[in-house]
Amino acid sequence: MEEKNKNNHILDEVTGSEYKYGFYTDIEADQAPKGLNEDTVRFISAKKNEPEFMLEFRLKAFRHWKTLKEPDWAHVDYPPIDYQDIIYFSAPRKKPQYESLDEVDPELLETFDKLGIPLEEQKMLAGVAVDAVMDSVSVATTFRETLAEKGIIFCSFSEAVQKHPDLVKKYLGTVVPYTDNFFAALNCAVFSDGSFVYIPKGVKCPLELSTYFRINAANTGQFERTLIVAEEGSYVSYMEGCTAPMRDENQLHAAIVEIIAHKDAEVKYSTVQNWWPGDKHGKGGVYNFVTKRGICEGDNSKISWTQVETGSAITWKYPSLILKGNNTTGEFYSVAVTNNMQQADTGTKMIHLGKNTRSTIISKGISAGRSNNSYRGLVKTTRNAENARNFSQCDSLLLGDQCGAHTFPYLEVGNRSSVVEHEATTSKISEDQLFYCLQRGIDMESAIGLIVNGYAKEVLSKLPMEFAVEAQKLLSISLEGSVG
Amino acid sequence: MDTSTNTLPLKERLLALFEENQEAIKGPSTPLVNRMRKNALSMFRKLGFPTTGLESWRFTDLTPLLKTEFEFDFSNQSRSMDIEKIFTCDVYDLDTFSVTLYNGWFVYQNAALTRLSNGTIIGSLAKAMEVYPDLVDQYIGKAAKPEQAGLTALNTAFMQDGLFIYVPEGIKVEKPIQLINIVDSEHPVFLQPRHLIVAGKNAGVTIVQCDHSLTHNISFTNSVVELFAEDNADVEHYMIQNKGRNSALITSSYFQQKKDSRLTTHAITLNGGFTRNIMDASIKESNCHSEHNGLYLVDSNQHVDNHLFIDHEAPGSYSDQLFKGILDDEARAVFSGKVLVRREAQKTIAHQNNKNILLTDEAKANTQPHLEIYADDVKCSHGATVGQLDPQAMFYMRSRGISERSARQLMMYAFAMEVVQKISIEALRDRMDHLVEKRLKGELSICDQCMLHCNSKEPTTFNIDLSKI
Repeated sequence: MEEKNKNNHILDEVTGSEYKYGFYTDIEADQAPKGLNEDTVRFISAKKNEPEFMLEFRLKAFRHWKTLKEPDWAHVDYPPIDYQDIIYFSAPRKKPQYESLDEVDPELLETFDKLGIPLEEQKMLAGVAVDAVMDSVSVATTFRETLAEKGIIFCSFSEAVQKHPDLVKKYLGTVVPYTDNFFAALNCAVFSDGSFVYIPKGVKCPLELSTYFRINAANTGQFERTLIVAEEGSYVSYMEGCTAPMRDENQLHAAIVEIIAHKDAEVKYSTVQNWWPGDKHGKGGVYNFVTKRGICEGDNSKISWTQVETGSAITWKYPSLILKGNNTTGEFYSVAVTNNMQQADTGTKMIHLGKNTRSTIISKGISAGRSNNSYRGLVKTTRNAENARNFSQCDSLLLGDQCGAHTFPYLEVGNRSSVVEHEATTSKISEDQLFYCLQRGIDMESAIGLIVNGYAKEVLSKLPMEFAVEAQKLLSISLEGSVG
Repeated sequence: MDTSTNTLPLKERLLALFEENQEAIKGPSTPLVNRMRKNALSMFRKLGFPTTGLESWRFTDLTPLLKTEFEFDFSNQSRSMDIEKIFTCDVYDLDTFSVTLYNGWFVYQNAALTRLSNGTIIGSLAKAMEVYPDLVDQYIGKAAKPEQAGLTALNTAFMQDGLFIYVPEGIKVEKPIQLINIVDSEHPVFLQPRHLIVAGKNAGVTIVQCDHSLTHNISFTNSVVELFAEDNADVEHYMIQNKGRNSALITSSYFQQKKDSRLTTHAITLNGGFTRNIMDASIKESNCHSEHNGLYLVDSNQHVDNHLFIDHEAPGSYSDQLFKGILDDEARAVFSGKVLVRREAQKTIAHQNNKNILLTDEAKANTQPHLEIYADDVKCSHGATVGQLDPQAMFYMRSRGISERSARQLMMYAFAMEVVQKISIEALRDRMDHLVEKRLKGELSICDQCMLHCNSKEPTTFNIDLSKI
């Protein structure tokens, strides 16, 4: 009994702890009027001084979006979103194009410091080029020169539209067309900014490219768009990390990520997502409705998704891969943690089109509090995908008796030579393991941290070094002691 | 038979037919059942036939079937016949208490309803509604979920006859009860049998439900089974399906389990044009055992769809699903197994497994082993595989001098045996063992595996071509 009380105490302490990254930076924002209509779309396009083809793309998407219905099949529950009550564009007013960090608004730098991602330090220590996106507009870009030497383009999306319209025109919407789904169409119509990466033929990107997204101004939707193109024989590792300040109203985030890997190219995409999950009664939090998709266009190419999802009130996200070329490889590694009232419906789609394609899915879900965590995934092999091979493993860990863990795999196999395997387990944290730790003098909280970290190790080890540390920290913050 | 409504789409036609034939349909039914019909009909009006737009019907399209001009028989025009002349069961040592449904109607010689000396009641549901209305009312409609499924609503509205079994408290029925559903018609028929099976406290019963067609005409069977296992009851339910390739058979089984009860089901599909088995088990009280096995060996353009839903509402129960299939030609198999563990259902153990072997590039398997879990102290697992025979095992056997053909046969046989061996009736198990073996050797025709001797002139063969493995 005493033990139980103690556990409950730890549980309260942890689940009750305030969101560490909840603060608000006071920077004036240049906003579009509330609501969504063709004028809003034109406003955004004009504001960003976009060429004609972009406006057309946006308008086409917007018109299509109007014909769509918000999907309701995901295992999540939220009040209806009023799409007319959202500010679709907000950019920091002083649009700085800094040469060095010294010129950057000190307040902004401080924000990043609070997030634990000091730009200077990263520049020096980690060797990471950071394209920091704050409320949709790029404000600081580092290591440009190093990358430019190799011919690598790493810039904000709006800059790419201005400077490399041909590339953007060629690839925009080829992986995620504007007709794809409700949120993708919305994004295509109103996307504000994002990152653009182009790796030329045969180039191995010497740095881990990284973008930190933040949602800042109140009531603005964040509509990011990332496009990564890896030409023949190139390699790039891209990292995306997110933290959002505390806010009382739900914020909508509908991003799109598109990746194109040509022959022999390899792209590694890592995400750490820690947006504000709302308080423990489910008030507030970010709605994260993201469409991420990559295509292994050329033979022997490889794309891997690694994600650590600890934030957001609602996550609705399925990083997918189309394995089109022969001998292509797709990977998906995910750790999704939900606590309190969070809801996550996440997973992947692996669509095997080419011969000898292989994919691996490792998904680790951890549910605590009163949260719901679902894995939803599709593995499909078409008739021509000879010798396709898939292995999926989706494990769920339940901490506490009020949470839910669900697994919804879909396997569609269309030829005889492919082998598709799926296995999953759901259980609570092992009492034996806990007992073992406690018996050796490790306190409850550390023991749970240890076990959970061990459980997620398989995925965490796939993250780039810099991220792995942050991810482990996040896991501990989100979960330690959450067992009653 | 009224033909004025023939031009209408089937849904409208059925609604019109209900109005026209109300008197015949309601017949001797209890007032409760007739009230249920009314509700069910409005649900069917709302839900209609399932379409591929529904999540649970995504891979199973009924539309082409529903275009058939079906015929209906609401007044049992074929009741007086000598069933012995048509068939005898050919599982020789299978000693059963056998009853027959002919085109959805109960066939009998002396009495439509038999009451054994130990109190067990076996017979026609229509008759049971007349003789034991209270008993029927106590159970009927309590497990089925017409509000969720258009087809169940349709069956509820139109139900007339079917099998009724009541096993009183403490009685173990020694002989298995065998239900033979025969479809035999020159015209495309639309049948809606309804079965009600009740096993009282500490009772034990085994039911073998065999589905056959005698002709190769188009038929559509939309049957609903409601099975209740009271405290500590022990129930085994077999479905053996050998249907012609033009037949559609949809069986929606709703199981309800009370404290300490044990339920084992087996769904064995050897042939069938279009087969869908919906199994919905509600574990209402604690400490139940719910085991569901399935085997399907399909070829040509057959479609088999097993749809399971295990609802753990109470703690401490065990559920297990094992479904295996071998698919040849353009056959298609769908497996959808969902386990729901509710918040109260702590200490649940639930396993799910679906394994498929595809023999051709045209065959297709869709499998969705879903888990939805709201309790933390549980052990749940699921697995699904689609693939071919293990090359290592093949190598092992080849290196020991076993020919490739024999090795393949051996492995397929072993693959299927995992399910066959779970059959606890020895005679039936031996028979199935034999049938599966013959089937895999390509020596089996639809009439062979049929447990009836119908003396059909031209047996249709369904071979699994071993050269394709």
